[in-house]
Amino acid sequence: MSPNQHETAQDRRQYITFLATGQEFAADIMTIREIRGWTDTTALPHVPDYVRGVINLRGMVLPVIDLKARLGLGVTEATAKHVIIVVNAGERTIGILVDAVSDILTVTSTEIQSVPDVVRESQNEYVEGIAVLDGRMVTLLGMAKLTASFAGDKILEQAA
Amino acid sequence: MDPMEAIKQTYFQECDELLLAMEEGLIAMENGEADGEVINAVFRAVHSIKGGGGAFGFDLLVGFAHVFETVLDHIRSGQLAPAADVVKILLKAGDTLSDHVMAARDGAGEVQDTDIKAELYMLSGAGPDAEEAAPTEMEGIAFTPIRLDIEEPPCPAPCSWRIRFAPHAELYAKANEPFLILRELGRLGALEVRADLTRMPDLSVLEPDQAYLAWDVVLTGCDDRRKIEDVFEFVTDDCDLEIREDVPLPPLACASRTAAPEELQVPETVQPASAAQSDASSDKKPVLAAQALETAPKQIIRVDLDKVDRLVNLVGELVITQAMLTQRVVECGQTHSAAVSAGLNELEHLLRQLQESVMAIRTQPVKSVFQRMPRLVRELAAQTNKQVHLALEGEATEVDKTVIERLGEPLTHMIRNAIDHGLESPDERIAAGKPAEGSVKLSAEHRGGRIVIEVADDGRGIDRARVRAKAMERGLISASASLSDDEVDNLIFLPGFSTASQVSNISGRGVGLDVVRRNIVELGGRIVISSTAGKGSRFSLTLPLTLAVLDGMVVAVGNETYILPLSHIVESLRPKASDIRPFGSSGRLLNVRGGYVPLYSVADLLGVTGAQDDLAAGVVILVESEGVGRTALAVDTIIGQRQVVIKSFESNYRHIEGIAAATILGDGRVALILDIDGLVARCRENGRSREYLQAIGA
Repeated sequence: MSPNQHETAQDRRQYITFLATGQEFAADIMTIREIRGWTDTTALPHVPDYVRGVINLRGMVLPVIDLKARLGLGVTEATAKHVIIVVNAGERTIGILVDAVSDILTVTSTEIQSVPDVVRESQNEYVEGIAVLDGRMVTLLGMAKLTASFAGDKILEQAA
Repeated sequence: MDPMEAIKQTYFQECDELLLAMEEGLIAMENGEADGEVINAVFRAVHSIKGGGGAFGFDLLVGFAHVFETVLDHIRSGQLAPAADVVKILLKAGDTLSDHVMAARDGAGEVQDTDIKAELYMLSGAGPDAEEAAPTEMEGIAFTPIRLDIEEPPCPAPCSWRIRFAPHAELYAKANEPFLILRELGRLGALEVRADLTRMPDLSVLEPDQAYLAWDVVLTGCDDRRKIEDVFEFVTDDCDLEIREDVPLPPLACASRTAAPEELQVPETVQPASAAQSDASSDKKPVLAAQALETAPKQIIRVDLDKVDRLVNLVGELVITQAMLTQRVVECGQTHSAAVSAGLNELEHLLRQLQESVMAIRTQPVKSVFQRMPRLVRELAAQTNKQVHLALEGEATEVDKTVIERLGEPLTHMIRNAIDHGLESPDERIAAGKPAEGSVKLSAEHRGGRIVIEVADDGRGIDRARVRAKAMERGLISASASLSDDEVDNLIFLPGFSTASQVSNISGRGVGLDVVRRNIVELGGRIVISSTAGKGSRFSLTLPLTLAVLDGMVVAVGNETYILPLSHIVESLRPKASDIRPFGSSGRLLNVRGGYVPLYSVADLLGVTGAQDDLAAGVVILVESEGVGRTALAVDTIIGQRQVVIKSFESNYRHIEGIAAATILGDGRVALILDIDGLVARCRENGRSREYLQAIGA
């Protein structure tokens, strides 16, 4: 993904976009294992509010995080219409609670802008960039970083 | 994987087994059971290690193994008697050989073997000059470790033949059939055939039209070499053939005991590869089976552990699905249908059997861990100048592989402890009227669905006054605490008890007994020590047979369902309001038949909402754990007791204190398995519980 390369198929990536808190986010389609409807979670003790608990994904115990709460925008009132995106990134598989899944986008690397320096560093770290397409602005989330950050020890100690 | 690398890996796997066999044999010799069978087994093990090592160019390993093997050969042929001092050197040589294997595997540096080599030369009566040349000449043929070239025939009347028959691919191409040839050979006399599968590659790289098999044949009762040659008349150009006269070999069974299982296991996986070859190998099996009948070897296949684990997981899923199905049927009101409920019962029954069978695949005898201990004991004995005899018992006891893997460290520690702290020096022992040689007994047995492992020594026992003084000094107990002897003994497991002043280079590897205990408790086990002054002490370690399932009590707290490990539960009771006493700022104590134990609400500990505020309205479960002693936990209700499949979520998330793992209940929901130590320890860190402890004199 070096920007100096000529545009090839490798420079184009497909993203799945989803809605949370009225904003449109996107994640690399290769990191997404499946999308499923909301099911009640089993709460975990002593975890931050954005960790909604765990669900049974065909025998796997899957932790679910609330994207809205992770972004510091309050806890999602989850209903049957909400969606859990099952993400497989890095060494972990986790579920991410979002409002809805909307689209599949093909984005070339030239369409990706770096993150403007308006948000706090801590939130910046898992935003890969911003894609602007037909006037839409989509925030590209780096799933590996997101999954890694949510299990970070520091965050938990603060919350505990 | 690079095929050479794969073969190398197989070689090292085999080395592990061979080293174990060698060690086992040497220990038998140490105990005076040095019959031909045992010596042969040791010899064979060392020889096979050498042979394989040569193929990979591990010169140092081969060089040492050769010297070792020479001495063993002398013992085998009766030139050297396996006296105690000889066996001692052999044991040391065995350790060095295993170091060599390790060094070859890890590519580590040289192994210091000059001293032991010199001792071996003394035994074999040969100088290094004469011997050193030998290994290089061995290398060329090293990977066909046949017993052919081993035994020099001093016997004047040979009537048996050793034949090495290795067909080339052309032999098969010309429609010859090794089986028929071997059968023909069998008409000449008594025949013992062994297939040499060392050249057999992995199935993935196996070429079906190539020849990989070779046979080592011992033919007895034929007096004419030409008759044998005649049998091979049509194939001599298409095979490697070697015919030698040999002394009559007394018992073949001795070699086959160690050899048969590894050789039998391969045809199972190989058969489909080549019609001609597999015919030969399967037809030959009865011969092998017959010859090995008295030792009745089991057929074994090597399976990747991942595959077994996947199977275990799937069966776990199946059990959960079955529970779910049963629940759904109940919800539908279909339970009145006899056919449905009979079917469900049958299903449950079968699933239970299936689960047990699958779990049994993962079990292994504890031998693999136990066998590592004699070496440890020898080294410790040498370091401490004590004389130690190690007795092993119940090595065949089987436990789940996950448990086996984690047994090594605590066992090592307990044995170190027994030798370093438990046993006295020979002088002290004699003064105390004991034999100079101390004894350490390591035993394993199944007891009540768990495995109990004991390390018992006949040393001085625990000095209770000193333990007590030290515990007091460290602030672990109050001066007024009245403790039973057992309680004093078990103080040594408390964190902070093991101290710098106690650390020697043997016991003190930075791991206190508290860590050992914590590791054991993490496995769902417990460890206690009992001791008699002057007579010795005994560590008892109890562990579940498997770490994949757990017997648990399902409880409800608020809207949540939790599992408490049954192994920790002492009893459950409905408390009277008058039995619950406030204590300190926010603590509570529960009166259990006159004794007070700290009482915690699980809802408070886990921050669950919607639980009963009035603890007296719920149920109290009295638990006991190594870390926190006896504690009462208040829950809303008990739902039932069941076996649950343990699911880790740590790989996807992280460890949460107080939660051991998760499981999936019959309704498909996840329930958390509580870790009682972690749960209560969390409170203790808040400083609330020390006062309890002191108050109740614990």
